[in-house]
Amino acid sequence: MDLLRFFTAGNVDDGKSTLIGRLLYDSESISTDVIETLTRQSKNTGEHAAIDLALLTDGLRAEREQGITIDVAYKYFSTQKRKFIIADTPGHAQYTRNMFTGASTAQLAIILVDARNGITDQTKRHSIISAVLGIPRVLVCINKMDLVEYREDRFKEIVSDYRSFAELIGLRAVDFIPASALNGDNVVHTSSNLSWYKGLPLLSYLETVEVDQFNGADEARFQVQYVIRPQTEALHDYRGYAGSVLSGAFSVGDQVTVLPSGLTSKIATIESNLKEVPSAVKNQPVVLHLEDDLDISRGNTIVLSSALPATEKEIEATICWMDNHAFQPGHKLLLQQNSFRTKAAIREIRSKIDIHSFRDLESDGELKLNELAKVHLKLAEAISYDAFEKQAKTGAFILINENTNNTVAAGVIH
Amino acid sequence: MNDYLDELEAEAIYILREVAGQFDRPALLFSGGKDSICLVHLALKAFRPGKFPFPLVHIDTGHNFQEALDFRDKLAEELGERLIVRKVEDTIIKNRLQDARGKFPSRNALQTNTLLETIEEFEFDACIGGARRDEEKARAKERVFSVRDEFGQWDPKLQRPELWSIYNGKIHKGENVRVFPISNWTELDVWNYIQRENIQLPEIYFTHERECVLTENGQLMANNAFLNLDENDVLVTRKVRYRTVGDMTCTAAVESEAFTVEDIIAEIREAKISERGATRMDDRISEAAMEDRKKGGYF
Repeated sequence: MDLLRFFTAGNVDDGKSTLIGRLLYDSESISTDVIETLTRQSKNTGEHAAIDLALLTDGLRAEREQGITIDVAYKYFSTQKRKFIIADTPGHAQYTRNMFTGASTAQLAIILVDARNGITDQTKRHSIISAVLGIPRVLVCINKMDLVEYREDRFKEIVSDYRSFAELIGLRAVDFIPASALNGDNVVHTSSNLSWYKGLPLLSYLETVEVDQFNGADEARFQVQYVIRPQTEALHDYRGYAGSVLSGAFSVGDQVTVLPSGLTSKIATIESNLKEVPSAVKNQPVVLHLEDDLDISRGNTIVLSSALPATEKEIEATICWMDNHAFQPGHKLLLQQNSFRTKAAIREIRSKIDIHSFRDLESDGELKLNELAKVHLKLAEAISYDAFEKQAKTGAFILINENTNNTVAAGVIH
Repeated sequence: MNDYLDELEAEAIYILREVAGQFDRPALLFSGGKDSICLVHLALKAFRPGKFPFPLVHIDTGHNFQEALDFRDKLAEELGERLIVRKVEDTIIKNRLQDARGKFPSRNALQTNTLLETIEEFEFDACIGGARRDEEKARAKERVFSVRDEFGQWDPKLQRPELWSIYNGKIHKGENVRVFPISNWTELDVWNYIQRENIQLPEIYFTHERECVLTENGQLMANNAFLNLDENDVLVTRKVRYRTVGDMTCTAAVESEAFTVEDIIAEIREAKISERGATRMDDRISEAAMEDRKKGGYF
């Protein structure tokens, strides 16, 4: 059985949490004690008699009090066909950074649109984030169809509006489903209210949708997380480089280059799952041994010598600023790419991205919470990277403020 | 890497190795329960043939099941890894704390004192735990690397963004990070993994006859010396097992005939009640019980 990770995004009142609640409820993934608690809570908040499905995902006291989602909630369910991890992300503009968080690990985005309102600024923002993060597939769920009398022409109108926007921002694969999460129309079960709709209801769609992984290159990349040196009598010379294969595949005997040093060697052995294996593939945790005794430490990148990544001290990137405090040129920053960390400075904000038009705006020299910008970064040590659109794992990074230790930005390298 | 268990395992090993790479003095909180036993199994895959880059740490409430304690000692010895045990009893005496009271005296809250003291004593900068997001709704909100201030407090409104598989473990002195490598596993995933990897568990996870107190809300609590029973309490002997292994005073048994891991998996697939809902008295107190405990430094 495989695993599908998706995230949901939408406006504050588009009914995201209700939709997830409906998916879990109608697919019988909620246990009876949780339903009991929910029923009790729904009464406490004075809503009408029905269970408030949003309470399933709004796990914090403040969220339940304010009736909004503040932070990403992860939910898990499975059917006979697939296992799912849902990141339910906040709709409120103030929490866009948390949406970025939930989206970064997703293979599919579900963007909710209120059928009455159509495409809004938030819809555009969420779509742009999906585009920047290279989400392989986007599903636009046009919700609250009950409030537009389940009209097909309204659905078609929104589909057409969204298609032109998706083209503008370069989203590759987009699908559309009409639904009413509140009434359960077309979520798990098809609905006679939407008899004109010939596609799959949401759950069947999720069970069968193909999310092609990155359709870019798949060059062999590995980064050292930790050096295993038992230093015991029996294993005196043992020196293994522990980490996960980030992309591509490695085999024993492969000629490899260690970066940033540029030294070369051959793979002597590969250990995985506590035994020696002839080769290892993407995502697999391994311990690599090289034929030569080189100076290699955490954060170093090992690649096949036949396909080297770029190794530079200056990079161009698109970043999303995530800190409450606006960027100050005096801030000391660290860049972290997987296990590689180095001092970094934003040398220039080249342009900002307008979230309504996706056009580049002239920079005003500022970077505030939730803003997207194209920047020029200078690093203390050279980073080995691939363009994010080709290889996500080696093209993504975060920026850490050295003073507060907070993660202040997330970025993708061009 | 098509199977979801491979994917979850790879993610957990990656996280464990990040802890080893980023922190000077990490620890693995080990309770003798199935989730922390899985963590130990994952640590073997992450670090062998080397030693674990962290000790196993157990905060002993004094109300633990003897079977879990025996299992803990045996496992640490077999693996040749360092085990540190700190007792809630000692914290109570030293700090003249009021011990838990009532019919089912739970030292759950007191445990936090001992945990924070132990973190201070050994200057741990990271504590690895087996908490899962599917267990409880506050946990569903927590990051894999969860930064706690010097009082161990979790601030759910000020969590660091956590993107891709890039974990920011930078902290100031005195702060520490709680790390949850199996955040994305469900109860069923854990059992499927135990089955696939043939992981050994304490016997109380499997069916056995036990004398229990039948509580007012129908839960079965093992009869033990720590309970304060009176003549109205009903004692029954049932075939039971434990879905979670916590304290004897606040963890209920479930009626079960499950004799093997396969039986347990079948039982969970059919179960209509969640893991914590079935077994924990402490979460029934209020809707935000777990959130409040975490804000106070609890795991």
